[in-house]
Order: sequence, then structure tokens, then C-alpha cells
Amino acid sequence: MNWTPSTREIIATGPTEMNIAVLSGKGGTGKTMVSVNLAKVATSSTYIDCDVEEPNGHLYLKPENLIREEVSVLVPRCDPNICNGCRECVRFCRFNALAFSLDRLTVFSDMCHSCGGCSAICPQEAITEHPRMIGYVESGQSGDVCVRTGVMNIGEAAGLPIITRLLQSLSVPKKGITFIDCPPGSSCSVMESIKNTDFCVLVTEPTVFGTHDLDLVVELVSILDKPFGVILNKNIEGELNPSEEYCLKKNIPIIGRIPFDRELSSLCSEARIASEESARFKELFQNVLNNILETAG
Amino acid sequence: MKIIIPVSNNSENPDIAESLGRASHYMLYDTGTRVSNIIPNPAKDNPSGAGVKAAQTIVDTGAKVLLTIRCGNRAYEVLNGAGIKILSAFLGKAKENIDAYLEGNLLELDTVHEGNHRHGAN
Repeated sequence: MNWTPSTREIIATGPTEMNIAVLSGKGGTGKTMVSVNLAKVATSSTYIDCDVEEPNGHLYLKPENLIREEVSVLVPRCDPNICNGCRECVRFCRFNALAFSLDRLTVFSDMCHSCGGCSAICPQEAITEHPRMIGYVESGQSGDVCVRTGVMNIGEAAGLPIITRLLQSLSVPKKGITFIDCPPGSSCSVMESIKNTDFCVLVTEPTVFGTHDLDLVVELVSILDKPFGVILNKNIEGELNPSEEYCLKKNIPIIGRIPFDRELSSLCSEARIASEESARFKELFQNVLNNILETAG
Repeated sequence: MKIIIPVSNNSENPDIAESLGRASHYMLYDTGTRVSNIIPNPAKDNPSGAGVKAAQTIVDTGAKVLLTIRCGNRAYEVLNGAGIKILSAFLGKAKENIDAYLEGNLLELDTVHEGNHRHGAN
């Protein structure tokens, strides 16, 4: 991303348009806390919660005027009166969501990836596709922040279609920065979440586990060729920090240090947004945002 | 009548495999001819749905009886739908299990575990 004049001036003159993903590998490092605070210090921003298995950004942001849209996937259904048991569909399905026993086709809908291959390949045209609801997307407003949350129904295994729907809004032109709060881990759902982002913020903590999983997401964002920087959360001044050592060794930019702080913890535990409650944290997150925009530029 | 049993290799006298879906091979024993055959399990390395695919393989052999230590709920649905009797096997040689079955010493499998260990979910 090339900006002229300098990014600092752009922040000063008004909101810029970009998509920033917040991810971590390990869960519980502070992705959501960082995302909601950044969304609040940026002027008129969008916050998207892609952690569809357990979205919790809305607990902080408390969005209002909610609009809910259901997310469905297409799954096959076989007409036993037309099916002649040739099993072309069973052979085709690489997810093994289909089996043919005795005289009927069994469909395991929760294993289906909705590729549509079985209905396309069926020589008898016995297979049709039907929607199955797997969750929903909720949009609302929290002050200047537009909030989008994805929720996957309990018992579902694959939340990817919900994430895809959530991020469709990225293609809609809008003002301000979009913050994408990613699921933990470094698998498909995270890859989908960061696919169309301009910058990745990697939140980590001073534990060996945190550093280990930071390494996994560093590898991921490097493969996807995304510019990125690290936020050291739960940082204790003067104490050995394996994640900091890792960044220094790998020459990775550290774009923020969030202290291991009693006040911050207690604000978070009450689902309050620290940058709105305290000048100290407002300044901290503003600096982090400035560092992001500078590093991204 | 054919009896099928998941086994851990394709030797003459293999051990029973603990996993039904990820067993490397299946032993097929014909009670009429008393001949046993070993067939490979094409599902053993599948990222997801190994149980379903393995069940399909078992159904396609025409076996009427399955001796197994474990069975997932999806495989059970497929096998049960094909009218295959599922009996609870014990750790040891496949042939010991076949003998035990023929002597009437095996009981029906009474627990089916949750399928989909979420390999390759998403």
C-alpha cells in the first residue's frame, strides 16, 4: 500500500479506508479486546467478528438496531424413486458425506461442503440441492462503529460460509477502517478471514504457548504475503518475554505493547472498552493505530 | 455367509485394528468355504469421513456380520441401513475373534461413539 502524503497526515485529516485483521494463533491473547478498542479510537469504523463459534465482540460494543440475516448452505437430497443406485455421487464426494446401502442413499448433511458436485454428476438427475440453515449474521451500530457479528448454530462443524457472508461487506465501498476480529488458530477459517485484508495485527502474550502459536500465524501471513506487525499483550516491563525475543530475532515490527494491568483487566472483565473509560488507554490504542497505519504504509 | 473384521495389516494372521474407519485392511471370512481374504481400506488416510467411506466399502463386500471394537455413529447408520449385524470384538488376532463369533461368544456392540472427529472441518 502506497500512500502519499504520509499516513500520519491522513489520520489527522480524516478516516482512511483499509481492512485490518486481528489474529493470534493461540486463543485468549486479546484479539477481541484489541479489535474493539482500535475500532473505537478510529473514526467511523467497522468491526467484524469472524469468531463465529464464539463471537464476543458484541459484549463490549453492545450494538443496537440489529438486523439479522440467516446463512444457509445447500445440501443434497436424493429422490429414491429416480435413483438407480449407480453410486457415481458416492465416488465423487471427497468429503464422504454420502453412502449407499441396500436401496437408498444416506446424506450426512453436516459433513457436506456444499460443492454441488453430486447433483451435477448424477446421471439420473435424482439429486437436488436444498438450503440448510447453519447460522446467522447480525449487523448493528455502536456509536460510530458499525458492528457485524457471525454466529454459527450449536452443533455445526463448519463456519466458513458464515465468515464468507460476513466479509461480503468488504467489497461494498465505505468510509473508515474495517477491523476483522479473527477466530483463534491458523486454519481455513482464519485464512478466509484475512484473505482480503491490507494488514494483519498479530496479538500475542508472554508465554511459550503464545510464542509458539504466534510463529504459526507469522508463517500463515507470510505465505499469504500480508504485511503485519505484532502487539505484545499482557506485557510486564523488565520481564523476559518469549514473544518479544521471537520478534526481535525474526526482525518483526512490534507495533504495540499493552501492559499486564489491573485496571485494564477489570474493565475488560466488565465488558467495558478501556479506550472509552480511560485517557491512558485511549492514548495507548491511538498510538497502536498510528503504528499500524505507519507500518502498513 | 461373509464375516468382516478390521485388521492392522495384510499378513496371514493379522491383529484386529482398534479403529474401524482407519484400519489399514479388512479381513473377509467366508463361513461356507472357510477361506479368508484381506482387502485394503481406501478410507484409511481420508482427511474426513473415513468411517462413512469404510462403511460403504464394508457394505459393498456383501458381508452380513461385522466384528469390531469400535464404531462411529455415521458408519453405524450406513451399516445398520444395509442390515449388517455388528458385534463387539476384543483386542487380539482377527481369527480368534472369528472363532469366538462362530462359537456364539460375541455380543452385539452396544455403544456407538460420536462420529466426525473434525478432521479437516471447514
